Amino acid sequence: MSKKLESNFKNMFLVLFVATAVSALALSMTYNATKEPIALAKEAKQKAAIEEVISGFDELQEQVVTDASGNEIKIFDCLKNGESIGKAVQSYSTSGFSGKIDVMVGFLPDGTITKTVVLAHAETPGLGDKMDVAKSDFPRQFWDKNITALQTNGKVQVKKDGGKIDAITAATISSRAFCDAIDRAWEACNNNNK
Amino acid sequence: MEDTIMNQLKNFTKGLLKENPVFVLLLGMCPTLGVTTSAINGLGMGLATTFVLAMSNIVISLIKNLVPSKIRIPIFIVVIAAFVTVVQLLMEAYVPALYDSLGLFIPLIVVNCIVLGRAEAFASKNGVLSSAVDGLGMGLGFALALTVLGGVRELLGSGKIFDMTLYSPTYGMLAFVLAPGAFIVLGYLIVISKKMIK
Repeated sequence: MSKKLESNFKNMFLVLFVATAVSALALSMTYNATKEPIALAKEAKQKAAIEEVISGFDELQEQVVTDASGNEIKIFDCLKNGESIGKAVQSYSTSGFSGKIDVMVGFLPDGTITKTVVLAHAETPGLGDKMDVAKSDFPRQFWDKNITALQTNGKVQVKKDGGKIDAITAATISSRAFCDAIDRAWEACNNNNK
Repeated sequence: MEDTIMNQLKNFTKGLLKENPVFVLLLGMCPTLGVTTSAINGLGMGLATTFVLAMSNIVISLIKNLVPSKIRIPIFIVVIAAFVTVVQLLMEAYVPALYDSLGLFIPLIVVNCIVLGRAEAFASKNGVLSSAVDGLGMGLGFALALTVLGGVRELLGSGKIFDMTLYSPTYGMLAFVLAPGAFIVLGYLIVISKKMIK
């Protein structure tokens, strides 16, 4: 076996630099190669989520609105025979425990929430991820309820903050963020109607 | 010595049974307990880890003489993290459903002690072929353990195995899908594997 490189400053500097540079290059190549399939997969997921929250539409009208903090919210108006049967709103919240939460919320024309689908999040596995209906019944307390029945002083809030929503045990921050996303969806939906 | 086929075979199978990373070495417990709510999740996580383990073992054994020993750990982490990110991007692109259920745990492969452990204890001291075989064996041992653990939990908890329903989920014991079930099943599986190896 040949001898290992000596641990002097020059060697360490060079080796670490080359290692990180090569890794970065490999990563950027993979990123470029997978960019398109990932975008396609996301689109398919978005479509599936719209169908999940509002079923039975035959036409989609997409609108993008920008909210006060400059982020995009997508509103999908679901039409059947030219009439709106509901709206699927792709909302988000940045007040989660870690990173951005993307939620698809379905609203009937009278403001009733049909269903919610969590598209992406980075909350703690086992705690915050219970906002997904596959993991717990937490989101069901929003389903088939009118938004006004869930709001307190014009906001959807958890019980700890004086609202009506039972937060996920040990994940109040994630629950707050989920409420925030629902509020944002409704707000975007309303502002857009005006 | 390390080139004979028998030795390589031994090298490979030790990861599966005698030095199984989960049942014997008890390494990588976080993903083990976290993702094994179903057999398919366990298998997916296991195979992702196998890929990372084999690739990082190969690369690290190739560059072992170029790495000054004082900075070997940062170099290993860079190599491992690069492969993990590659796996993450590939999974997100081609198996989005599996990515959704495993997504949160994929980045944790970086800090999975099996991967760093094999890099430090094996790949940095052995040749390329041995390291590749060791990585594959260890990875498949990990995948096997996770699949069995996931299968048992899925069967007892929701009456399914690989998503095929065997009996109504209403009779399933929910506890096995939740965290405590992971510990209970893991405990019993360790006992059984100890008996088998003897």
